[in-house]
Amino acid sequence: MAANGDILTARSVRKEFGGLVAVNDVDFAIPTGSIVSLIGPNGAGKTTFFNMLTGVYKPTAGRILFGATDVTGKPPHAITELGIGRTFQNIRLFEHMTALENVLVGMHSRLSGGIFRSILRTPGLRREEREARDRARELLRYSGLRGRDDELARNLPYGDQRRLEVARALATEPKLVLLDEPTAGMNPQETAAFTDFVSRLRTEQGLSILMIEHDMKVVMGISDRVTVLDYGEKIAEGSPAEVQADERVIEAYLGRGAAA
Amino acid sequence: MNRRRPGFVSALGLALVVLLVIWLVGNFVNSPSEFVNVLFIGLNYGAVYGLVALGYTIIYGILQLINFAHGDVFALSGLVSWTLLVSWLGITEDSAMLVTVAGILITLVVAMAFFAAVNAGIEFVAYRRLRSAPRLAALITAVGVSFIVQNVALAIYDVDFRSATGLIPRTDIFVAGGVSYQWNKLFVLLVTVPVLILLTWFVRATRQGKAMRATAQDRDAAAMMGINVNRTISISFALAGALAASAGLLYLLSFNMRYDTGFELGLIAFTAAVLGGIGNLTGALLGAFTIGLIQAFNEGLTWYTPGSDWTRSIVFGILIAILVFRPEGLLGERTPEGA
Repeated sequence: MAANGDILTARSVRKEFGGLVAVNDVDFAIPTGSIVSLIGPNGAGKTTFFNMLTGVYKPTAGRILFGATDVTGKPPHAITELGIGRTFQNIRLFEHMTALENVLVGMHSRLSGGIFRSILRTPGLRREEREARDRARELLRYSGLRGRDDELARNLPYGDQRRLEVARALATEPKLVLLDEPTAGMNPQETAAFTDFVSRLRTEQGLSILMIEHDMKVVMGISDRVTVLDYGEKIAEGSPAEVQADERVIEAYLGRGAAA
Repeated sequence: MNRRRPGFVSALGLALVVLLVIWLVGNFVNSPSEFVNVLFIGLNYGAVYGLVALGYTIIYGILQLINFAHGDVFALSGLVSWTLLVSWLGITEDSAMLVTVAGILITLVVAMAFFAAVNAGIEFVAYRRLRSAPRLAALITAVGVSFIVQNVALAIYDVDFRSATGLIPRTDIFVAGGVSYQWNKLFVLLVTVPVLILLTWFVRATRQGKAMRATAQDRDAAAMMGINVNRTISISFALAGALAASAGLLYLLSFNMRYDTGFELGLIAFTAAVLGGIGNLTGALLGAFTIGLIQAFNEGLTWYTPGSDWTRSIVFGILIAILVFRPEGLLGERTPEGA
């Protein structure tokens, strides 16, 4: 990791779509092993920022470092290989595959079965496939999806689909996980269980986590740091308590005058 | 799915199906041996159409692009196979059987590899940059590539027909009560079936196959799983090209072909893919065998049969009917790669 102990660093990252500035020169860092939340009103540029970190969009300007590696403008699969996994705001599972297959696809970059080895069915490949299956089942259990292995992803209940997305992201063997509104649409019980699961990811798996979240109870409950975006600009950053007390944040959420 | 169809259309459809059944049963009763012989011919049409239709459906499944150049790639592959088999390897009707079979297998492997590369090359040059462009742009480009490939074939092979129809003997394997089956028919299935088994296994069971299915279902999510989307799309085009080349060689061994053979055959195979449900591999085969049988029955049966003059009208009538009444096809799911 980099000397300053940050697993991810963004330096003056900027994204323009035509004339629209979606993300405006944002500086940002995730300390290794921490849970960081990214909040802000709808349209503040949070998902655009996510998409730059994962290589879906190429920043207009600025640099993104993962550890000490410059990942600016790298293709998504290369960034995944380096160790960033993510989930999506609108669940994007492979609907026509089973839960187990979804997780196996997540392992794609960690498996070696090339076309020719697949045709030859070498013993090494067979062992690798068996181990991959075992590990996939284990990941499903760990994510709270016991007994759902062979169900098609689209037939799973909503909460389980969210869990499967996380299991699939974990299968890419990430060091940093990006969760885009993971508790959206969950009821309070599901949200509480999911929040607990996210903190376990850090303590048990040693992961660093960045999440976009609207549920302030979740954000304030488990984040070490909170960054607030509004109209593409970073308007506040700090501990949950600091951010909660910040006038500009209250203004962004509730409108001018509310802070008075 | 829940859309209510007007009663009139349902009644019309039902009437057509009833007529079709009466016609088939009538023909069978009229001459069972003729019916079975024609059925064998239909299976062979279906096999060739199927190999080409799979190419359309694989590419549509992964890119939502109707690759109009595919039929022309098929035709060019058949002509190149002729060069390999007849000009270079010098296989003739007088060659020893083992030599002929070896020659055909070598040609098959070389042509499949070569056209895998050609098709992947077409994607790289013509389609890749248009991936995020409006779909119409890629579609028009595909029509352009179709003309280019066809004219390359014209430039190299001129307007003459090529064929290698005598290489596999048309002698009977068995004759029973007027029903006969020949070596050249069996040969088509002997090539097609293993190719299809290999394809199914590749798509269902291998790591690359999983990557293909994942990319077809959600390209961005697949990229986020560490799948190299560009590479996966190249592999899909290579696969489609190899399938087209296998069809090209089989066609060459059964019929005459020239630079523009791929135009009509491509449209028929496309119809088959749409009939089965475009994007669906099993559907493409189902559609191909359905169309192959319809064509063979129409051209071969004798009891109240429209005859070969009507084949095109019937096939493309089916295409229109499917597009109007059941655009998702027989194995209807409006999503790609339902397998």
